[in-house]
Amino acid sequence: MTDTESRLTIIEDGPISSVRFLDQNILEENSIQKIGAEISQLIDQASNPKLLIDFQNVEHLSSAALGTLISINNRIKEKGGQLRLVNINPQIYEVFAITKLDKLFKIYEDSEKACASFS
Amino acid sequence: MKQVTIASRASQARKAHDALMPEVAAAGYSGDSQFAIRLALDEALANAMFHGNGGDPAKRVLVEYEINDELVYIKIQDEGHGFNPKTIPDPTLEENLCKPNGRGIMLMKAYMSEVSFDDLGRCVTLIKNRNCKRPVASHPTQQD
Repeated sequence: MTDTESRLTIIEDGPISSVRFLDQNILEENSIQKIGAEISQLIDQASNPKLLIDFQNVEHLSSAALGTLISINNRIKEKGGQLRLVNINPQIYEVFAITKLDKLFKIYEDSEKACASFS
Repeated sequence: MKQVTIASRASQARKAHDALMPEVAAAGYSGDSQFAIRLALDEALANAMFHGNGGDPAKRVLVEYEINDELVYIKIQDEGHGFNPKTIPDPTLEENLCKPNGRGIMLMKAYMSEVSFDDLGRCVTLIKNRNCKRPVASHPTQQD
């Protein structure tokens, strides 16, 4: 995989943009920056961004990846948008719980419940 | 003690993984322990490469390790100016939750049996005992 390839699958469904990671491990600084830039572009394009991030493939992530998610959340809030995280496996969820980021993010079991929660 | 030396580049972390993690698995550590060790190793390597060595690829990170039936011992040394780990604010405080940085050390401490800093912060030692129960299983309930 080259640095120019996308690390994400993006599906636009009406007002909701769904993003799924292609990598199982979201660890390397370069990949994290690229993911952050791609998602920021999506946020910038929407006036009231509704973003769903799907962690189905993710087995490992670093604090740098958490930092990027926080920046994404901050950006979305600035634009009056909404962010939902879904399909987080128990080991990864524990990372969110330990860092108390489970209080910051709205996390749902699956896409259906997350989509239904958008107002 | 075995050792591997890497340059301060993100892609080099894999070299340390490839040296350590198969040995951790072969020694029979549980999936949760492997997850914990990998997470702590990644955080310590990122700190050493990017905070310690400032991302300067000419500066090296030395990883020394021993994996046996009782514990996994990892010592990571950088060539930077060091830091005082006590000055890192608690990232779980309400006022820090929206800040994107500062979670690496707390994650290492949450997942490993022991984490200690030496050489003015340029060296971190991570120990995971085989019977380590950290992190305490929280089995949180996701929103639904």
